[in-house]
Amino acid sequence: MTRALFIIGVLCFALPAYAQHETASDIEDGGRVFRQSCANCHGPDGNEIPGIDLGRGVFKSAKTDDDLVRIIQKGVPGTPMPPTNMSEEQAKKVVSYLRSTAASRTTATAVGDAARGKTLFEGKGGCLKCHRANGVGSRIGPDLTRVGQLRRSAELERSLVDPAAEVLPTGRFYRVVTRDGATVTGRLLNIDTFTVQMIDMKEQLRSFTKATLKESGFIPSPMPSFKSTFNTQELADVVSYLVSLKGRVN
Amino acid sequence: MIQGKGRLKAAPTVAILIAVVAAAASLQAQVTFDRILRADREPQNWLSYSGTPFNQRYSPLTQINTANAKNLELQWVWQARSLEKFEATPLVVDGVLYTVQAPNDVVAMDAETGRPFWTTTYAPAPEARTCCGRVNRGLAILGDTLYMGTIDAHLVALDAKTGEILWKKEVASAKERYSITMSPVIVKDKVLIGTAGGDMPTRGQVAAFDAKTGKELWRFFTIPGPGEPGNDTWSGDSWKTGGAAVWNAGAYDPETNLVFFGTGNPQPDWDGRSRLGDNLYSDSVIALDADSGKLKWYYQFTPHDELDYDATQVPLLADIQFRGKPRKVMLWANRNGLMYVLDRVTGEFLHGKAYVKVNWADGFDAKGRPQRVPGMVPSKAGTVIRPHVHGATNWQPPSFSPRTGLFYVAHFENSSTVAVEGEFPRANGINPRQTTMGQINIQNFLNNEDEAYGVVRGYDPNTLEAKWEYKMADITWAGVLSTAGDVVFSGGKEGYFVALDARNGALLWKAALGGQVNAGPMSYAVNGKQYVAIAAGNSLFAFALGR
Repeated sequence: MTRALFIIGVLCFALPAYAQHETASDIEDGGRVFRQSCANCHGPDGNEIPGIDLGRGVFKSAKTDDDLVRIIQKGVPGTPMPPTNMSEEQAKKVVSYLRSTAASRTTATAVGDAARGKTLFEGKGGCLKCHRANGVGSRIGPDLTRVGQLRRSAELERSLVDPAAEVLPTGRFYRVVTRDGATVTGRLLNIDTFTVQMIDMKEQLRSFTKATLKESGFIPSPMPSFKSTFNTQELADVVSYLVSLKGRVN
Repeated sequence: MIQGKGRLKAAPTVAILIAVVAAAASLQAQVTFDRILRADREPQNWLSYSGTPFNQRYSPLTQINTANAKNLELQWVWQARSLEKFEATPLVVDGVLYTVQAPNDVVAMDAETGRPFWTTTYAPAPEARTCCGRVNRGLAILGDTLYMGTIDAHLVALDAKTGEILWKKEVASAKERYSITMSPVIVKDKVLIGTAGGDMPTRGQVAAFDAKTGKELWRFFTIPGPGEPGNDTWSGDSWKTGGAAVWNAGAYDPETNLVFFGTGNPQPDWDGRSRLGDNLYSDSVIALDADSGKLKWYYQFTPHDELDYDATQVPLLADIQFRGKPRKVMLWANRNGLMYVLDRVTGEFLHGKAYVKVNWADGFDAKGRPQRVPGMVPSKAGTVIRPHVHGATNWQPPSFSPRTGLFYVAHFENSSTVAVEGEFPRANGINPRQTTMGQINIQNFLNNEDEAYGVVRGYDPNTLEAKWEYKMADITWAGVLSTAGDVVFSGGKEGYFVALDARNGALLWKAALGGQVNAGPMSYAVNGKQYVAIAAGNSLFAFALGR
């Protein structure tokens, strides 16, 4: 596949942005759609097709947001960029997401080394105490085996230095107190009006009927900030390692 | 009281009537092979396809019994996102229920509420083809790992805590028309799985994989190659594509270290002229050494089959008094209409008998080979043969209760087909729908009294006579569960799930599930409450006693 043929022409920053009107939830929705429908080819950072860097507003032919919406919906004939079945509203949300990432894009502070990052991840960082990667580590936190496919480097960096800034729904933590006073905390797997399911800190799948609880509710993620644990280079190394995690290798 | 999952609901005020409960099961402990072997010690769990490696599909739980089964109430329903038949039997491990959303998505849910913990989606390769539905009959578990065969002929290992796919191995090529629909069999540290596809030009096989790494350890082909005993039972090169698939659960006997599988029809299914001979080991039970995969004995139920009489029923092992002596047997109600008692140590034929109307065989010789009735083969004009090509029974799992000593089978009665040389067998008469395959939804049913119907029967293994019968209007593709409460559960195409008295077949209770029952029932307990689960339509239902 000639990935370079995706979108034709180059443009930095198109202008009348939907970003002027969108809400935070629009951007979140757009990000979800991007990760599900676009990231497989464009990569989580949107920069895996030569000549295109969606996260920095670098496109080949699009000049306006309307152009982007049209390309998302109809594809680019003669290139591997296929049409989608997205509504105009969905496509606009994706564009809003891309604009927001371009606007907030942090400048890479250092070039990371994934091998060094792996050593830091497993050693100094102690990340495996909560996370799992390629079948090694704890199941308490989200499994990071495919995180490089799902999250952009900027997002990963932010999760490391300011983990509370954005916690994906799959990383939310919950706490229940039973009638006999026992407290159970864990990562939320499922919740409904009457019950709650989680994986607890002992990696047990637990289910509770809310009517039998004294207390229940969300709690902050136990993920610590690594701002003072890692120096700038180490941070870049760990991010590089995380970006390299694209799925289990057997 | 069972310490299932630290759940906090008030314990039922009624006495907890679990027959045998190991000392408080810990929270989701590792499922060792010893636990699988002695699953009878922890009746709150269901650790393999039919409950134990003997495949008796018998639950030692007693809370639900003949006196109170009428009080069964629906506890929860889980609807699959699937339009395929729901044939899987769930596993339950310490309060967590695992099942398969056809074709190959795996779901972990709370066994008390049906609320999902996780779902793992598996997309089979586009070339995956199955003969009879993109189905799956269930998972296996060992340690913290679940195992699933897929319709694109892979074996997949998943983390039971998270659903993460740990590894997947190609068992055979989907492009070459192999698929997998059976639940894997765990033996020690191995996962054993067979290949479906025997209606296509394939060669059946069973392979063993290292449970941790997925490394292949041995492979047994159900059709012997050149130079191997039995290859001369196939004319020409017909052995290369003779079918004899392995597409249903196996059994394991730790005393002999033998694992048993039924094998499918020889291929081409309805025309044996290109594959003259007995066609070993099609339509057989094979006993393999579990460590090496070497064949120790076999018994062929239907030599040179031309009616698609797969012997892919679930092997059921039992220790019974047979003709006054203790005997380690294998009980088998075959698709060909004959029922068998075999010595599972040696493969010796002990007893056989027709259990439905059969006109292609008339008794057995001294070694147990069926005596064919002359002329009862496919012909140009068409020969009416009983039972139907779909059989007397098919893949649905039977049950055995050590309490009643009865062998419970759900099957068709009075079925027949018109066998035409070289063609797909036709319906007998003007009703083409009298013995149709299972579907999801309930369909209008019009059979008259001369046509096929469904039954659940309790057979005495000594005589192979039915002690009782529960008769349904439509046929059945449902399995059977028996319990220590002396209740038998089953169902059928009509969409009823029924509780029967295990000693006389009396109807104790029924529920209309709104879809065909195409699976085997199972039972488990959480926090001292016994549940019975059954799949019907595209949903899984759990019942327990009302308050």
